[in-house]
Amino acid sequence: MDARFLPAGDTALVVEFGNEIDRALSERVLRLAEQIRGAAVVGVIETVPTFRSLMVHYDPLATGATRLGAAIRALAGSVASRARRRRLWRLPACYASDCAPDLAAVAERTGLRAADVVERHARTQFHVYMIGFVPGYPYMGDLPPELHLPRRADPRTRVPAGSIAIASSLTAVYPVESPGGWHLIGATPVRLFDPAWEHPSLLAPGDAVRFEPISFDEHQSIGAAVAAGRYTFPNEEIEA
Amino acid sequence: MSPGLRVIAPGLHSTIQDLGRRGYQNIGVPLSGALDRIGLTLANALVGNAANAPALELLVQGPLLEVAAASVRIAVAGAEGGLVIEGEPGRRVPAGQSARLTRGQTIRIAAFGNSFCAYLAVEGGFDVAPCLGSSATYTRNRLGGFQGRALGAGDILPVCRNEADVRLELALGQPYDPGLDRPIRVVLGPQQDYFTADAVNTFLSAAYRVSAQADRMGFRLDGPKLAHAKGYEVISDGIVAGAVQVPGSGQPIVMLADAQTTGGYAKIATVISADVPVLARRPPGAPVRFAAVTQAEAEHIRREQENDLRNRISRLQTMPEVAALDAAALEASNLIDGVISALD
Repeated sequence: MDARFLPAGDTALVVEFGNEIDRALSERVLRLAEQIRGAAVVGVIETVPTFRSLMVHYDPLATGATRLGAAIRALAGSVASRARRRRLWRLPACYASDCAPDLAAVAERTGLRAADVVERHARTQFHVYMIGFVPGYPYMGDLPPELHLPRRADPRTRVPAGSIAIASSLTAVYPVESPGGWHLIGATPVRLFDPAWEHPSLLAPGDAVRFEPISFDEHQSIGAAVAAGRYTFPNEEIEA
Repeated sequence: MSPGLRVIAPGLHSTIQDLGRRGYQNIGVPLSGALDRIGLTLANALVGNAANAPALELLVQGPLLEVAAASVRIAVAGAEGGLVIEGEPGRRVPAGQSARLTRGQTIRIAAFGNSFCAYLAVEGGFDVAPCLGSSATYTRNRLGGFQGRALGAGDILPVCRNEADVRLELALGQPYDPGLDRPIRVVLGPQQDYFTADAVNTFLSAAYRVSAQADRMGFRLDGPKLAHAKGYEVISDGIVAGAVQVPGSGQPIVMLADAQTTGGYAKIATVISADVPVLARRPPGAPVRFAAVTQAEAEHIRREQENDLRNRISRLQTMPEVAALDAAALEASNLIDGVISALD
């Protein structure tokens, strides 16, 4: 198994497959997470997939890093899993100026027209690499190279919930109001996180996401339907 | 659900915590739970609760509480000064000892001493609805605990039992040692290769202090800066409680219960799970020195700590009756006995 096992104290182990943000590495991370879940490895509490590594949280009273490492190596060497089914989400996205405070600046810095920034963002099918930062916050890639920008020099202390943002090769949606340093180019009226749901995060690592442009009026009306609990999320199953 | 304790003054940051929220870190929900799981476990054991029962975590300065239930049994662990029952005369209940209180009595935590956090448990536990499988409060997302937030004046905390039996009180066999002068043991990694050899040596030999920027998310440390060999950013990966991340400033930050689940700063080392509570008890200004152990040693130390904790709980001592039963409790028990005889 071509991976590095790094210690993270005596309650977690990092299985690292590489050192870049890369779809193939992500698939290996997600596959290992699935294999560990499927095998119910003794002592594993939970796993956290990230771009290029899997953090395996374990109970040191039930297992140890050496034993766990061996169990994981054995799993990874077992039969290659079949093609994964994944969910494709079509998230309504409003790119109107009221929802997109940084769109003009992004257009200027990339040398594109605002409409071209939107078109490139909306035609890309994104992969959810991981969820972190705050509950339900999806790190998704990959943005077309012409939209790559570093984070804002002056992070905002308050980014509204629902903001669609970009930075480097990634895009994300802020599930709750929080501080943030990414460029805000739109907003979705759907909710991404609710602890009352059976699965509290709308998106999971490995999901696919497309943004479907809507008008500001549609943003308002979908927002009202979401608030009233009358909105169903558009998603479908696709082959990985 | 019945009213248990009324909050007259909330203290600096008082929240309901248990042993944490497991199983949701893959969607970005932090573990949360007690900063000092040992303090929580002992406070709960003293009132006969399981280790994971929801109890109050108190930081730096405790609350003033009035008993709203007919009676409650409570215990404090962590604060060196214990508990003061106000009144004429007042009564002091040492830390690490349970006490039965009746409606209308007010209590406060005496001096915290050198501790950052203390735990107040009630017999039967606080009656709060679990959120994502845990009663731990995560204030940033308003998850769990009492309305997802720290206590405020006027809150009435519900408890599972409206009355506490009259029985002998329990006390720790030996005083609770917060371990404030012990070295904090770490396992190097996962990214010590992002640091110069000098930085790793400095980290393991220098005297650090807990800075004023200390909360449930993490403790920033004051002390020598640590130089990065390959830049301070890594591709975001998982964070575990105890992770020592070093941002561009070179000042280490130890991530604790409410830390985000992932992060992009290089992590030089991880505080071992047995010592996370030891560090978390240290208030701003307290000294911190680190010492390296292997992952296998860390696992062994943790198992020993669990054995020790189990032994301490199995050896809780019952207090002599005179000390255990105050006049109010006796009176209450007589009343209850009287009612029962009348019905019979």
